[in-house]
Amino acid sequence: MQDSSASTQGGEGMKIPLMDNKNFLSGLFFIGTGGLGIFMAQDYPMGTALRMGPGYFPIVLSGMLILFGIYCLIQGLLKPEKLPGNWSPRALLILPIATVVFGLLMEHAGFIPALVALVFISAYAGDEFKFTEVLLMTVGLVVGSWALFIWGLGLPYPLIVGY
Amino acid sequence: MELFNNLVLGFSVALTLQNLWFCFIGCFLGTLIGVLPGIGPLATIAMLLPITFNVPPVSALIMLAGIYYGAQYGGSTTAILVNLPGETSAVVTCLDGYQMARQGRAGPALAIAAIGSFFAGTVCTMIIALFGPPIAEMALKFGAPEYFSLMMMGLVTAAVLAHGDMIKSLAMVCLGLLLGVVGTDVNSGMARYSFGVAELTDGIGFIVIAVGVFALSEIISNLGDKEERSVFTKRVTGLWPTWPDLKASFGAILRGTAIGAFFGVLPGTGPAIASFSSYMVEKKLAKDPSRFGKGAIEGVAGPESANNADAQCKFIPTLTLGIPASAVMALMLGALTIQGIAPGPQVMTQKPDLFWGLIASMWIGNAMLVILNLPLIGLWVSLLKVPYRILFPCIMAFSAIGIYSVNNSSFEIYLTAFFGVVGFLWLRFEMQPAPMLLGFVLGPLMEENLRRALLISRGDATVFLTRPISLSFVIATVLILIVMGIPAIRAKREQITD
Repeated sequence: MQDSSASTQGGEGMKIPLMDNKNFLSGLFFIGTGGLGIFMAQDYPMGTALRMGPGYFPIVLSGMLILFGIYCLIQGLLKPEKLPGNWSPRALLILPIATVVFGLLMEHAGFIPALVALVFISAYAGDEFKFTEVLLMTVGLVVGSWALFIWGLGLPYPLIVGY
Repeated sequence: MELFNNLVLGFSVALTLQNLWFCFIGCFLGTLIGVLPGIGPLATIAMLLPITFNVPPVSALIMLAGIYYGAQYGGSTTAILVNLPGETSAVVTCLDGYQMARQGRAGPALAIAAIGSFFAGTVCTMIIALFGPPIAEMALKFGAPEYFSLMMMGLVTAAVLAHGDMIKSLAMVCLGLLLGVVGTDVNSGMARYSFGVAELTDGIGFIVIAVGVFALSEIISNLGDKEERSVFTKRVTGLWPTWPDLKASFGAILRGTAIGAFFGVLPGTGPAIASFSSYMVEKKLAKDPSRFGKGAIEGVAGPESANNADAQCKFIPTLTLGIPASAVMALMLGALTIQGIAPGPQVMTQKPDLFWGLIASMWIGNAMLVILNLPLIGLWVSLLKVPYRILFPCIMAFSAIGIYSVNNSSFEIYLTAFFGVVGFLWLRFEMQPAPMLLGFVLGPLMEENLRRALLISRGDATVFLTRPISLSFVIATVLILIVMGIPAIRAKREQITD
């Protein structure tokens, strides 16, 4: 097992798995995005330098992105550095879900259900979930944002669809 | 005399009841989020951008600007009382400010921070008023090649001077430029990178990226950091600095303002670099440097003036050239664009009320902040006790409603969730999102100017080198790259920004 408290600098003889290698992963990301950029831009006409087609700018950028990516990848292999700090898989999963649920409910159920769902699901992403506290917060947010957005700014959202 | 007339015009705009009110809201909100660690001006401005739709452009900009410089004030309060930077720019203020608080001198520390910031704000308002018009006048003569080289210089400096790895930041600029390509190409009408999604043919919303990366990703990342926060709750008594305090701070405030104004004009440098440089200068100049870190008032006065001067002078390139000098400024330009105003040197001549009104409001706002901050210290301190588990669902709610209200479309919400996840990866891999945002904002402009430049030169790429102004931008870009590429300077810089 690797010592999790090891410094972020890869010292001699210390192995950092590729999945924890900061610059290696950055490099992969850049190369992947650049690759996708070129792949999708294949059919866009390049044009000439005088009259640039829609493909010119994106392809040049994607190419640069890939070059930078290769540099980062090599840097990562030569001088491995560990990913910094802790992270919360729980937050990474729950918060985007809460956001998407809000979008779905806004279209199909209305402002109040969407906001209630967003606050309740989001609150689950933290370490502590105190029901009464979240309930109070939800009520406060619903009333507050109703006052600001719907009453104050006059945004035309149904509070609950069908009512 | 023209300056005088312009300032009169500015104050007549800024002093209307409506604009005073927006200025107050901005400063109040700015101080609030400045005090609270875990939410910065970027996320706040991004969240509030949609709300500014229904507000006249001048009022919207006045409020957003207030949030921005208000946050610098608020950040120092937290730094002094809690030894925790409310904003990154206040990191240095922790060093001596917190020590002063522990010695029972929190009051003078807060007061000198406010006085220094106010002084810096006043001087920088004058600098913008004096130098803004000639710069804009010069920029009006720029053609497509000059603009392209200027934007390239801006993006390169932003990447090179940003915190962290230079190559990665340059790659992030490219990534931002590429994201800016998404949507329908204005020249050919071709939909690029739209993945067959109708909504994407209009391009990616600026607010979607800003909120996704600077609000959602930040929250995800903050929830992973388990850090205890202990609030220094001792009562703040005796606000006023003594005469020797003021005498000691006077020089530091002057020097801090000058340093901040210098760094302010450079793109990409955050206020943290300005305040750190000011701290180093004060320490070097002090008769007894060992006092620093133990509650030296110059160590608060200098950096606090510097970060406010920096924040304010960032408006110079933004307003006169239409080139944002930082991610927050990119949001400001976004706000202008949303209001249907194309950013650039013509803003000053076509919308003098907007430009001068904003400048005058900054001075008024700075005065408001001094009045707002000192008596309300108790309120801000009690706010610090609000736990993050209450704060973050509120940020989520405001972000989501804000984004939905832009186009009343759920698609933008889903896209925000996507950028939240991707942005979290960026933060985790230490890829800086700020240069990406600058690239994203400038992308379409850069492509357009590149096309135009090559069209007028009949496809000859040397056009960027044969026109003197463009050439000087190119030379400056190359110089910056070379200088910052020198290992010794890079090492020094990393020391500063870490």
